[in-house]
Amino acid sequence: MARIGVVVFPGSNCEYDAFSAVTSLGAQAQFIWHSQTDLDGVDGVILPGGFAHGDYLRPGALARFSPVMEAVATFARAGGAVLGICNGFQVLTEAGLLPGALQKNRGLTFLCQPTTVIVESTNSVLTRGATQGEELVIPINHFSGSYTCDDATLASLEANNQIVLRYKDNPNGSRADIAGVSNVDGNVVGLMPHPERAMSTLLGSADGRVLLEGFVHAPVGAR
Amino acid sequence: MNYPVVVEVTLRDGIADPEGATIEKALPALGFTGVARVRAGKSFRMEIDAVDESAALEKATALAERLLSNPVIENAVARSAVGS
Repeated sequence: MARIGVVVFPGSNCEYDAFSAVTSLGAQAQFIWHSQTDLDGVDGVILPGGFAHGDYLRPGALARFSPVMEAVATFARAGGAVLGICNGFQVLTEAGLLPGALQKNRGLTFLCQPTTVIVESTNSVLTRGATQGEELVIPINHFSGSYTCDDATLASLEANNQIVLRYKDNPNGSRADIAGVSNVDGNVVGLMPHPERAMSTLLGSADGRVLLEGFVHAPVGAR
Repeated sequence: MNYPVVVEVTLRDGIADPEGATIEKALPALGFTGVARVRAGKSFRMEIDAVDESAALEKATALAERLLSNPVIENAVARSAVGS
């Protein structure tokens, strides 16, 4: 059974949602406190949403220096499956594990609503179970979710098929409607929407399942 | 010796600044006309123990690039705050 580590920073607040999503898919989950210096041999890592270190300075700016991030970076470079959701996405960009940056939303409002995203690439640990062009309804919940990058970065994202998800109706001003990106190899993925909150039709949507199912069941598993 | 230093962090040219744009739009309503290109940013003050001022500024620039700013979207400039 795959074992997924959910990193907990001071200020994370979606770690239990992520934990429960992973276990509901039949995988094993365990928390990894941010001061740990190793990942305990897990098969995949999730950096959950929240406000790590209070989002002081910039979202993710201080979290990237948490001791655990060195282990996450080593794991990612060795091909391990790493998923950053919302604040976790911001941490991954600050840590340089994903290109670009997340800025304050256009309109300067906190957005908390269901959004429709389109699967652009299935060449990632998050989207390999989905179908290209598939539309998924997944909630967003963020203030700094406007994806930005320079022209050269955007061109290389397009060229390498690294844009994983796009918004159907761009809610936050993200460049090129980008909702999620991966690294070149597709083993590190970040997205602003919360698939772990879209696990049951009873709670609005189960469209997150196809994403997390792909992530937890066949992690690339560098150890 | 301790040298007072100010680090200013601003968004790079071409990066959208919704905060600056909103401030700029509010100004005419308050009677402040003729104000353009408003950019919001952050300012940090600190005292740096160094052998001389240029060493202090060098250290401030390094820490500004490493932590205080995100070079993907922001520029950081360190200057002496002696007398201010």
